[in-house]
Amino acid sequence: MKVYVPSPLRMYTGKSSTAQAQGSTLAELFADLERQFPGMRFRVIDEQDHIREHIKIFVNQELASDLSFRLRSDDTVRISMALSGGQAPLALIDLYT
Amino acid sequence: MPRSKASATRKPVRRKASTPAKKAPGTLALLVGTRKGAFILRGDKTRRTWDLSDGMYVGNIVHHMVMDPRDGQTILMAVRTGHLGPTIFRSTDMGGSWTESTQPPAFPKAPEGQTGQVLDHNFWLAPGHPSEPHVWYVGTSPPALFRSEDDGMTWQGVRGFNNHPNYAQWAGPAQEGPPDGSTLHSIMIDPRDPKHMYICLSATGSGVFESTDQGADWKPLNKGLNCEEIGVPLDAEVGAEPHCMRIHPVNPDRMYQQSHCGAYRMDRAEGVWVRMGENLPKENDISDYSFPIVLHPRDPDTVWLLPLDGGFPLGRVTPNGKPATYITRDGGQTWKRQDKGFPKHDAWFSLKRQAMSVDSREPVGVYFGTTGGEVWASRDEGKSWTQIAHSLPEIYSVEVAEQA
Repeated sequence: MKVYVPSPLRMYTGKSSTAQAQGSTLAELFADLERQFPGMRFRVIDEQDHIREHIKIFVNQELASDLSFRLRSDDTVRISMALSGGQAPLALIDLYT
Repeated sequence: MPRSKASATRKPVRRKASTPAKKAPGTLALLVGTRKGAFILRGDKTRRTWDLSDGMYVGNIVHHMVMDPRDGQTILMAVRTGHLGPTIFRSTDMGGSWTESTQPPAFPKAPEGQTGQVLDHNFWLAPGHPSEPHVWYVGTSPPALFRSEDDGMTWQGVRGFNNHPNYAQWAGPAQEGPPDGSTLHSIMIDPRDPKHMYICLSATGSGVFESTDQGADWKPLNKGLNCEEIGVPLDAEVGAEPHCMRIHPVNPDRMYQQSHCGAYRMDRAEGVWVRMGENLPKENDISDYSFPIVLHPRDPDTVWLLPLDGGFPLGRVTPNGKPATYITRDGGQTWKRQDKGFPKHDAWFSLKRQAMSVDSREPVGVYFGTTGGEVWASRDEGKSWTQIAHSLPEIYSVEVAEQA
């Protein structure tokens, strides 16, 4: 499936904004990403297997809350950097263009 | 990606200093970690001119960047961003290229149903003992000690501290401590004995801790510190807040500490901290409050402080906007003000505990970086100061790198 990679993580993907990875859950997907791009997983997922506080992962349009989130092969995954502040509860930096 | 060559777009800052250096061996550089990336200032052999590198890992928080004095080549850099987790990079070509740790410091995964610790950032890097050439240590936030035996590529927790029976009492909640979180710092290894180590905690149970068995066990070493002003009883084993502690490389039994509660000296055989900061001259509203402390590399009695405003509510800036270092050459009995070259007014410097360093030359060079992005240098042991860089991001650390 297609994974959109935000700019801070493109040091791992050879500057590519997208990657192809496989898995039936987010845990498996990140295992595949780590295999392809060593070091990337720990920048996004902490040692307790939680998605880091200011990172949001969307599967298609749905916010995934943990690594058990189930995936289909035609899903699109976006790793996003979250900002908080002001009146809006959550804003996302557009890092894909 | 980072480059180590001098910037093509930014003119190097060049200033003339007043006193010629007596000795000019090898290449000298300053490794500058900032809130927004890393920079290297390369000095010429006389330390008169300094060339500023391009930014490296711009946008990343670089808490510390240290060269290994044992090989004069390996540099480790502690990095995270506001979003991404913490990691460590290594360079062996003065920042020309970097390799990431394959197993950066991390706490153990907690058993199912329990809450485990999450490492926020790597804070204080320290090369190991000369007899262990590839060993490094790093102190982290939340407070923990990690050790690498392969030049920083993989890291393991030092269980003797991280799993110490008193760990919860000493480390406390992660949110208690400095604004960026409680932390472990000032990792010092006795040059006579790799098993003899010191660390400092800025946390609930702050203090200096000593190990004589290479980190298998630790004991507080805080007798004599007076932090009653922040509510710590005089006889408390822990709680006195060390900002920076160093042991002297020539006489490792001579120790100095810049604490939240003053500047102290200890001769290890006595085992009691003595407040040498009380001997600072009563002038210019200075106090013995600061963050860094640096030592002369050859004379155990020579120390530099850069006093900050320690009055409530802790301005943490140079008092009255008049920066100065103070030097003692008799172990803190007497002090002399050094302000030649600094602005005479309206200079509200603030600096962090890792942002001051010395080189090994004759006379000794002293360097510091401010939270306002300025780097200042003295190549005559503080007699005169020159600004060698400005307009950098908030500076977290300044370390001297002397290439082999």
